[in-house]
Amino acid sequence: MTLNQQRKLKTFITGLFAWTIALILFFPIFWMFITSFKTELQAISIPPSLFFEPTLDNYSEVQERSDYVHHAINSIITSFGSTILALIIAVPAAFSMAFAPGKRTKDVLLWMLSTKMLPAVGVLVPIYMICRDYGLLDSKTALVIIFTLMNLPIVVWMLFSYFKDLPKEILEAARMDGATPWDEVVKVVLPLSMGAISSTALLSIVLCWNESFWSLTLTASDAAPLTAMIASYSSPEGLFWAKLSAASTLACAPIVVFGWFCQKQLVQGLTFGAVK
Amino acid sequence: MSYLTITDLQKHYDNYHALRGINLSITEGEFVVFVGPSGCGKSTLLRTIAGLESSTGGTIELDGRDITELASSKRDLAMVFQSYALYPHMTVADNLSFALRLAKVSDAEIQEKVRSVSASLQLDALLERKPKELSGGQRQRVAIGRAIVRQPKVFLFDEPLSNLDAALRVQMRLELARLHKKLGTTMIYVTHDQVEAMTLADRVVILNAGQIEQVGTPLELYRKPNSRFVAEFIGTPKMNLIPADKITHKADELVFDLFGHTIHFPAKRIKGTQPDSTIVGIRPEHLSLVEEGGDLTGRIELVEHLGSEAYAHIQLLNDQTIIVKAAARLELKDGQEVHIKVDVDEIILFDDNNKVISVIPEEA
Ligand SMILES: Nc1ncnc2c1ncn2[C@@H]1O[C@H](COP(=O)(O)OP(=O)(O)OP(=O)(O)O)[C@@H](O)[C@H]1O
Ligand SMILES: [Mg+2]
Repeated sequence: MTLNQQRKLKTFITGLFAWTIALILFFPIFWMFITSFKTELQAISIPPSLFFEPTLDNYSEVQERSDYVHHAINSIITSFGSTILALIIAVPAAFSMAFAPGKRTKDVLLWMLSTKMLPAVGVLVPIYMICRDYGLLDSKTALVIIFTLMNLPIVVWMLFSYFKDLPKEILEAARMDGATPWDEVVKVVLPLSMGAISSTALLSIVLCWNESFWSLTLTASDAAPLTAMIASYSSPEGLFWAKLSAASTLACAPIVVFGWFCQKQLVQGLTFGAVK
Repeated sequence: MSYLTITDLQKHYDNYHALRGINLSITEGEFVVFVGPSGCGKSTLLRTIAGLESSTGGTIELDGRDITELASSKRDLAMVFQSYALYPHMTVADNLSFALRLAKVSDAEIQEKVRSVSASLQLDALLERKPKELSGGQRQRVAIGRAIVRQPKVFLFDEPLSNLDAALRVQMRLELARLHKKLGTTMIYVTHDQVEAMTLADRVVILNAGQIEQVGTPLELYRKPNSRFVAEFIGTPKMNLIPADKITHKADELVFDLFGHTIHFPAKRIKGTQPDSTIVGIRPEHLSLVEEGGDLTGRIELVEHLGSEAYAHIQLLNDQTIIVKAAARLELKDGQEVHIKVDVDEIILFDDNNKVISVIPEEA
């Protein structure tokens, strides 16, 4: 085999591998999408029917039974709101830890990460009671605060690891050029970090959008986001696979479209270090 | 009148004493070069002057003002970094004008200054490019341009040329020398390349292990080093150092015994007490190959031809190798026995503590 052929074979094999994984990952979404156009009967038939006459009945029924727009707005407000809040806290935190680390910075970072290891149920009762006592049950405020706390460790870590890799000399050059610490952040660090910040934000938005544990336990109807809406189709009158699929498709659609548009940012952000 | 005065400057890292009492005064318009081996504290000293590192003792005064505790951004110094440290998200024009914009200079003035600086550094055609679209040499010029556009009180350079290839380095060195002539601004320049130090500097500061070893013009350091460290550090190839076996004291001269050969050295050139042992230092150009006689003999090990001259590495009878500068056209064969004449006037003597104990005779 010539070197060229070897290279081609290598590309082919990695390509095949990547496609296989991508298809496996995509299959459940594909299946959900297909099922949403079936009748309830077709949806549970075994073997599953691949060829059928698509129907939009499920969608109209979902629209009738629950207020999709209302839940979608709740999802948007809670996921964007908590992401913005998390960034407002995390950017300065990560900045100071990256550029002015103290003896305990490493410990603080690890401690923040360790909070993610605590199972959420562990704090369910106290948080539920706090929300109840402050009248925050079924409120978007409660969800925004919980989501923020939930994602803060991840957001801080991602930003920290990006800031840490920024060449220190660039900031020193700015300082020599007469920049105050505020100028350094606003005129140098932030513009350089737009890729990292937007991909971090995107990740946080997706995580909030798909969050169901807290949304289910803390909301009933007023503040219920899309995840809570989906859940309402799995109980209590029995399972309705087709309608559940339609509701899920509707719930996924906005974030998938959003993600599609941000793809470039995401890739850029995940392959950080594009500074030099 | 001293422009920049450093008094007993100290710098401690956690448990490392990096600057051990630096005293230095620099006059306005001087080109001062810090040299020394890796890790001696050159960058630390420069960064402490810049305010990027805080000192742990001593004072720094600039233009009659104590700036020891002042923030870097208020010191009115400009620095050129080894890695250039250009702002990656800004165009060349924005990189050049960043400091002026921070200082709220008017747009018209900014434009005029950027124009004149970019013209003098041949950056006109590159103003709209981002740093990543520039070659190393171009980035270097932008970094220098960014410093001069501000007209600071002092320029600080930390090994600015070390990332360039040899040819470009020589060219940029000349450009820097020209720039200094034109601007007349005080410059402090860190390098470990002693050729850069010798060619650029009005005065060279030699640092060793966090202390100043010697300060002087390049020629002073070359001709009148204070210590063996300086003598060995300055000059390529290095000064030859030959330990004397025995010293015989005569009326007005000392006779060194160099493994069978003798060298007569005038006693009045010794500072202080007459020594009992010494190391004889002599530079390659003060040794010459002679047909016969001479002061030393040895065998040629190898010859380095540089075109205009040649350096012969010669093994002496005690197996020590010394370097002798020879005319390029001289026929020299490996293994050949040669006689070497020593220019006694140029000998420098060191004592056991590596301090110089001889003086160079006044030129006739
Ligand atoms: N942040 C730091 N913490 C601890 N020690 C440091 C730190 N920075 C420098 N040092 C030590 O201080 C000494 C001087 O460092 P410096 O960078 O000034 O050397 P240099 O003369 O510039 O060397 P080079 O020619 O290699 O650049 C070194 O021994 C180094 O290990
Ligand atoms: Mg250095």
